[in-house]
Amino acid sequence: MHFQYSIEGGDFSRAGNASSQLKKLLKQLNVDSQLIKRIVVALYEGEVNIVAHAHRGTIDVDIEPDKVFIRLSDEGPGIPDIKQAMKEGYSTASQKVREMGFGAGMGLPNMLKNADKLNIESEPGKGTIVELTTLLR
Amino acid sequence: MKVSQIIKELNLIVFSGNGGLEKEVSGGYVSDLLSDVMGNASENEIWITLQTHKNVMAVASLKDLAAVILVKGLRPDKDTLDESNNEDLPILGTSLTAFEISGKLYNLINK
Repeated sequence: MHFQYSIEGGDFSRAGNASSQLKKLLKQLNVDSQLIKRIVVALYEGEVNIVAHAHRGTIDVDIEPDKVFIRLSDEGPGIPDIKQAMKEGYSTASQKVREMGFGAGMGLPNMLKNADKLNIESEPGKGTIVELTTLLR
Repeated sequence: MKVSQIIKELNLIVFSGNGGLEKEVSGGYVSDLLSDVMGNASENEIWITLQTHKNVMAVASLKDLAAVILVKGLRPDKDTLDESNNEDLPILGTSLTAFEISGKLYNLINK
């Protein structure tokens, strides 16, 4: 099964919609609730990253019998130093975003903790692609 | 202990999400950082925070939290309130600080 969601940069009122829809869907498919939590935590962080940093983005979700594969691709500033971005506490978020309780430098580390595989590719000035894989058994 | 009992014992205001008042509470989590709650709160906990915007509901719902308590007399934004009603996930309020309400909730749950 394949699903696609579009995300607009800066639109915090809709951040989490894709995660919420995917959660409902995985529940209907009887996926283990702890696995669902891991998947939606990782996806939510990805959604927020696009809203907080990029101009726009697309989320593609593939649900297969043995795994859930999520690809988040955005048009945005990109990540010049991925290793640094992965460090807990490191953030480039704006003051406004921080006041909302985001931008604590925990997003990418949360994604790493909650996915079985995390792959990040980025081209500064163009955008970022994040791929999350969660094994279902 | 149910959300409704905690409301009564701690004299909390119910802003919204009346459909979720009979949910069982397993504990609490105190944080104003959304990713911290995403990463570390557990199912059926009550989240104590000063954040009032709609993303609070997204996090609370994705994590299957029992309820949210807003501190220091803060009120939820309109769209936060709507989302709470849609999800049957209560938003509660207190005039106390996070420190004070956490202490009371801790004692109540661990009584």
